[in-house]
Amino acid sequence: MIPNLTEASGWLPVFFLFAMGIAMVAYVVLDGYDLGVGILLNQASDQEKDVMISSIGPFWDANETWLVLGVGVLLIAFPMAHGIILTQLYLPVGTMLAGLILRGVSFDFRAKAHLRQKSVWNFLFFFGSFLTAASQGVMVGREVIGFDSGYLGWIFAFIVALCLPAGYALLGASWLIMKTSGELQSKAVIWARKSLLLTALGVGIISIATPFFSPEIAAKWFSFPNIFFLFPFPLLTLLCFIVIDHTLLKMRNGKEAKIWVPFGLSVAIFVLAFLGIAYSMFPYIVVGQMTIWQAASATESLWVIFWGAVIVLPTIIGYTIYSYKIFWGKTEPLSYY
Amino acid sequence: MIDALILSRIQFASNMTFHILFPTISIGMGWALFYFKIRFNKTGDSTWNEAYQFWVKIFALTFALGVVSGITMSFQFGTNWPGYMQTVGNIAGPLLGYEVLSAFFLEATFLGIMLFGAKRVSQRAHTVATFLVAFGTSLSAFWIIALDSWMQTPQGFVMINGQAHATSWLQIVFNPSMPYRLSHMMTASFLTVTFLIAGLSAYRYLKGINQAGNRVLLKLAMTVAIFLTPFQIMLGDLHGLNTLEYQPAKVAAMEGIWETTKGAAAVLFAVPDESLKTNHYEIAIPKLASFYLTHSFSGEVQGLDAFPGKTPPVRPLFFAFRIMVGMGMLMLLVAAVGFWLSRKQKALPRWFLKTLTVMSFSGWVGVVSGWYVTEIGRQPYLVSGILKTADAVTKVPTNMILGTLVMYLALYLGLICSYIWVVFYIARQTTPIKVLNESKPRLADDAVRTQGTI
Repeated sequence: MIPNLTEASGWLPVFFLFAMGIAMVAYVVLDGYDLGVGILLNQASDQEKDVMISSIGPFWDANETWLVLGVGVLLIAFPMAHGIILTQLYLPVGTMLAGLILRGVSFDFRAKAHLRQKSVWNFLFFFGSFLTAASQGVMVGREVIGFDSGYLGWIFAFIVALCLPAGYALLGASWLIMKTSGELQSKAVIWARKSLLLTALGVGIISIATPFFSPEIAAKWFSFPNIFFLFPFPLLTLLCFIVIDHTLLKMRNGKEAKIWVPFGLSVAIFVLAFLGIAYSMFPYIVVGQMTIWQAASATESLWVIFWGAVIVLPTIIGYTIYSYKIFWGKTEPLSYY
Repeated sequence: MIDALILSRIQFASNMTFHILFPTISIGMGWALFYFKIRFNKTGDSTWNEAYQFWVKIFALTFALGVVSGITMSFQFGTNWPGYMQTVGNIAGPLLGYEVLSAFFLEATFLGIMLFGAKRVSQRAHTVATFLVAFGTSLSAFWIIALDSWMQTPQGFVMINGQAHATSWLQIVFNPSMPYRLSHMMTASFLTVTFLIAGLSAYRYLKGINQAGNRVLLKLAMTVAIFLTPFQIMLGDLHGLNTLEYQPAKVAAMEGIWETTKGAAAVLFAVPDESLKTNHYEIAIPKLASFYLTHSFSGEVQGLDAFPGKTPPVRPLFFAFRIMVGMGMLMLLVAAVGFWLSRKQKALPRWFLKTLTVMSFSGWVGVVSGWYVTEIGRQPYLVSGILKTADAVTKVPTNMILGTLVMYLALYLGLICSYIWVVFYIARQTTPIKVLNESKPRLADDAVRTQGTI
């Protein structure tokens, strides 16, 4: 099933699988925190809403671009799978796009439209963020079990659809803990604890359900000696949950705690979960149907984009870091000047 | 008949129609802002700073709408047109990939610095950020128009087992229609922005807001318009001749010429009838079409009958073309009158300012009808001669497509109305404008800062 990896036709698809993985993780973490802020928006007072939005203002647009890169790599490197996956996910993709549109435009409209309409745009910002996250949850839920069409498969997808927004809310709340202060920061600590529980539930359900739906995935995880190398995954994830909870408790009780810990470890949870899913699926791009090599573009086309990616991706990462450095520190009220 | 094909086409067309409105403004506006910024840096004249600060708000709003409607595109290739990437993915993939890698991240990241970073970076870095955003939007246009043009006039590839494989990337990117389409579109963007700046400045002038500054912008816009409008008409003519050479069926439909004729007449108005293959209520000027298409009054022009089974739908093409040309002529007239009036009088008369206000979004009409001409004109093919639109369409149930179509249409209509409404709302605001780079104490809470390092 795995071709010769010393040849370009063998390793180029693997390279692009990595590139797609990096783009997707970057997307989930980066847009995750700003969608999370959107999901939490309705919990805050009007003044706090402005601070929350200000904290993501300079970043959300670039964060969202990672989604375009992720689906872009799918489209560029694996055109055969692109059509299959996206037609299977037709409806959740549609609702996600509607959510992204609502979220993106509300961000600008809420600040520029008449004050009377601000609450409408605030609501649409929340609603768009939630709709986006929930739709992505359905997409993840459908994809990891190979689009299983039984009712259990759909129930599973809808559970993920509720847990992914919680995961994003965890990222968003942890982001606010770093970027804000005072009462809003205290509120964010409480939000983070609530979402932590639901996130743990989601991670747990995905971990149990995927081997349940696919014997092949079950064999990959639970056979010897794999299980020996793999048990650090769930263990580390559990450790992250415990440390986050511990840190949040300290913060709630007014004790000194490092404010980057909840965000950093939430990112770690997402990365671990992603690696777990990736390990389960590899080398399939559509579980049980199509491997990455069957789905890959012609080698000459992969070469063309390979050089572009090798040169441009580090540049993108460079100026992204530059942008985060410029807006480092506690959030200030947004103004164009 | 309502089927997946027609619904998917309507859905894609409505998404494209909605999307193109915003890049059309942000491409030209990016460069306009860069110009304002440079003028302010050089002269220190607050007029340019005020212009920058007003227009950057419109730019931010426009940019956001462009981004979110653009994301929809990249997904619809897969959800509605899976056959597209499966057939020409080897060509379209890298072109789209370079657009994302070279342009999207650049513009999105530096937009954050451009909009919100003025206080945090040096004046110079802010100018560079403004430049990079403008550059990014134009670069993005370059890649996507290269791909669109390749779909119109494909070259530089071979077909192996039903899939296109690249043989020359230079030929693929610089395909025959690409230079014409790119320059026609870029100029269309600048022209749209010129009329938008003229229109909103006139509106603000009439409302008594910052009259000195808006007079400067009006003068600038009218000067640009008198050069750009004729230039665009000339580019359109060259583009048309290029289309005649490579896609003659499209030109025949645009002109409403059913039969191959020597000394073909230029049809000014008619109602084309596809079933009878003739024009009703035709008003035409004899021999003129032959003259401007072949530069000879008796030159032969191929009619639709020369391309059996390969002709685009005539009526939408015929009308869209006339709307585009009509809008171009109207813009030329307004530009000429504006130029003449501003030479004669010091202040432009109110009736003319009102006309300009009404014309604020006139560029949109021209751009959208122009894109209809070129894209509907490619039918029945998705990629000329290689892939028919009907062969690329999804197998998703019709009801699902209908559902998302209704959702998108409602969303787009609501957003276009909100956009225009908010643009004029912003234009009515009279808030005093803050000075650039004013120093302001940081609001960070030091107590919390000491706890962590962020």
